[in-house]
Amino acid sequence: MAVLKVKFTKTKRDKLAQVLWILNWISVVTGILLFSLGLFLKVEINKRGELMAERDVQYVPNMLIAVGLIACAINFLGGKICYDCVDAAKFLRWKLIMLPYLICTFFFTFCVLVGAVMCYAMLGELQEALELGLTRAMRFYKDTDLPGRCFLKRTVDLLQIEFQCCGNSGYRDWFQIQWVSNRYLDMSQKEVLDRFRSNVEGKYLMDGVPFSCCNVNSPRPCIQHQITNNSAHFNYEHQTEEQNLWMQGCRQALLHHYSSITRSIGLTVLVTWLFELSVLTGVRYLQTSLENVLRQGDPNSESEGWLLERSFIETARTNLNIIKSLGKSNQIDAAAHADPNINAPSTSKAHYGPDDVPPRPGPAASCQ
Amino acid sequence: MVLLKMKFTQQRRVRLAQGLWLLSWLAVMCGAFIFCLGVYLKTELLRRAEVMDNAEIHVVPNILMMVGLASIGTNWVASRVCQDSMDASRFPRWKVLLLVWFGAAALLCCLLVAVVVLSYALQGRLEESLKVGLRNGIRFYKDTDVPGRCFQKETIDRLQMEFRCCGNNNFKDWFEVQWVSNRYLDFTSKDVKDRIRSNVDGRYLLDSVPFSCCNPASPRPCLQHHLTDNSAHYNYEYQAEELNLYSRGCRQALIDYYMDLMNSTGPGVLSVILIQISVLVSLRYLQTAVDGAMALENPEGNSEGYLLEKGLKETLEEVKANVLDMLKFGQVDPAAEESPEAAGGEKAADSPTEKAASPPSTS
Repeated sequence: MAVLKVKFTKTKRDKLAQVLWILNWISVVTGILLFSLGLFLKVEINKRGELMAERDVQYVPNMLIAVGLIACAINFLGGKICYDCVDAAKFLRWKLIMLPYLICTFFFTFCVLVGAVMCYAMLGELQEALELGLTRAMRFYKDTDLPGRCFLKRTVDLLQIEFQCCGNSGYRDWFQIQWVSNRYLDMSQKEVLDRFRSNVEGKYLMDGVPFSCCNVNSPRPCIQHQITNNSAHFNYEHQTEEQNLWMQGCRQALLHHYSSITRSIGLTVLVTWLFELSVLTGVRYLQTSLENVLRQGDPNSESEGWLLERSFIETARTNLNIIKSLGKSNQIDAAAHADPNINAPSTSKAHYGPDDVPPRPGPAASCQ
Repeated sequence: MVLLKMKFTQQRRVRLAQGLWLLSWLAVMCGAFIFCLGVYLKTELLRRAEVMDNAEIHVVPNILMMVGLASIGTNWVASRVCQDSMDASRFPRWKVLLLVWFGAAALLCCLLVAVVVLSYALQGRLEESLKVGLRNGIRFYKDTDVPGRCFQKETIDRLQMEFRCCGNNNFKDWFEVQWVSNRYLDFTSKDVKDRIRSNVDGRYLLDSVPFSCCNPASPRPCLQHHLTDNSAHYNYEYQAEELNLYSRGCRQALIDYYMDLMNSTGPGVLSVILIQISVLVSLRYLQTAVDGAMALENPEGNSEGYLLEKGLKETLEEVKANVLDMLKFGQVDPAAEESPEAAGGEKAADSPTEKAASPPSTS
């Protein structure tokens, strides 16, 4: 009782082979698309590599790249097979390879699905990486004279300008770190020393933000320093002022940017997965119908194609038995359990077992 | 004395027709390319239209777009002519149209050359336009509450950040303009009153610049205010400080950007001119060769192709005579209005002279 049996005439088989040939080539193109999407994601992540802490988010684009390349190869081979399947004589060439090819492709489509799921799952780790990375970058904002950290100021400034954000969760993050280097602080001034002393850790903290936090849309020239002091600026109320600085935190802005990229990539991968699955189904039908034609002998006759020859449970049982017997073929079989008609080696003299005793040499054959 | 005569066998004619068909489709794609180039240039100019005073520079992308569209049409006609050239029954209907076609193709080449020349010649006008536009933008920076000017602040800020420039010629332009609106000045404060009084026009001038002039590559947090006062900031020397603000002026930055854009399109336009000229020359050879072949007893035999039947001077004089004749034919003769027979007789007398004039040009 086959699963999803379909009757195929010769013309139907030929048309199926031709359609599958075209679909396989389209799949090669989608494989290239997957590869380029993985490459794009890799480039985007590396662009902001300085702002991400050491978390392994590279596995997602790497997997997409690998999946894209393998998809190209598999579908290229599939295209060749389907092209040859129109002619029953050429099909004999591929007969032995087709079943392993189908099994490989089935596992491969499973990998594509895993890739799509990982695209969506990546965002959690990315958020953590960004939080830690941004905190670190803001802490080293002032260290423009230390090798290895001298470009962090520029990176953070350009990030805040481009993504229209300020600080990690908001502009107040800048109030908690010293972002002005000691090189530019006049230590002889009383105010500076007072500020240093009033802080527990000896940091110069102020309620000011860097210029890159300034909002371009503000009607008023940017207020960067003494932000919480209403009397320091004319006609200024700190609590109600919303347009002066960028209100969004950079972590949120970057996450939003990356989530829109990964969401669209994930959707494309899902569509590719469905497409690959349909191509796989078509190739399976083609294989079974051509094998049945060969079994019947007449290449122009009608044949049946199916997904599985027996029902799902029986097929699973058969396969498990095959796998078990593969493991058993190396074991020594006891004569009691062996069927002499099938297990020929158990009757040969060379086969030693617990019940078999090597033949004793007769008195005539004893060496003296 | 024929200009640049070439012999054509039947096979050569066929090959010329096929090659010219491909070349004319290539020229169609080049025409589309020129059109897209014009559209791109126009959008780039429109994006910064707020800092430009006049739109004279727009003539360059406008001509490019027109030429692109016209070139698509003309070269498509050329491909149709090639297709019909091997068919003796269909080719004669293109006779008159081909004359017009040659004129149109020559005009397109001239326009493309003019575009290349204009893109260099209009640089001075662009600079003037930017100078005035930027000066106005800086002057109206503070007027975020005046309708019609409320986006100048945002425009100038974004421009300075994107092009990494400050002011018109340099950052000192901001010292001469009041860029802080009176709405945000505390007129009860002594500082403010002193400053306004010390200025002749009653403006509040500062030695400060807006935040968009700040250079992110500076190792030091940006110094925007009291720029000329060395004592206002620790370890600061105004003359030696180079990285604090953008040193380039926005006018220079924009001119460089637009000139780069137009220069990079120069080679493309020149190669399109070459392709168009080659289509023109090849089609003339094809026309004369096929006409010659059709006039022979054996249409498959050899014929001659040339660019001009007579020399250049003689052809020009002939064209002049034809044009004058046509103008004379269009004139209304007072005697002809009274007697229709006289008009018919005149027409009969005119047409043989016209017929005598036309065969030399069309044979």
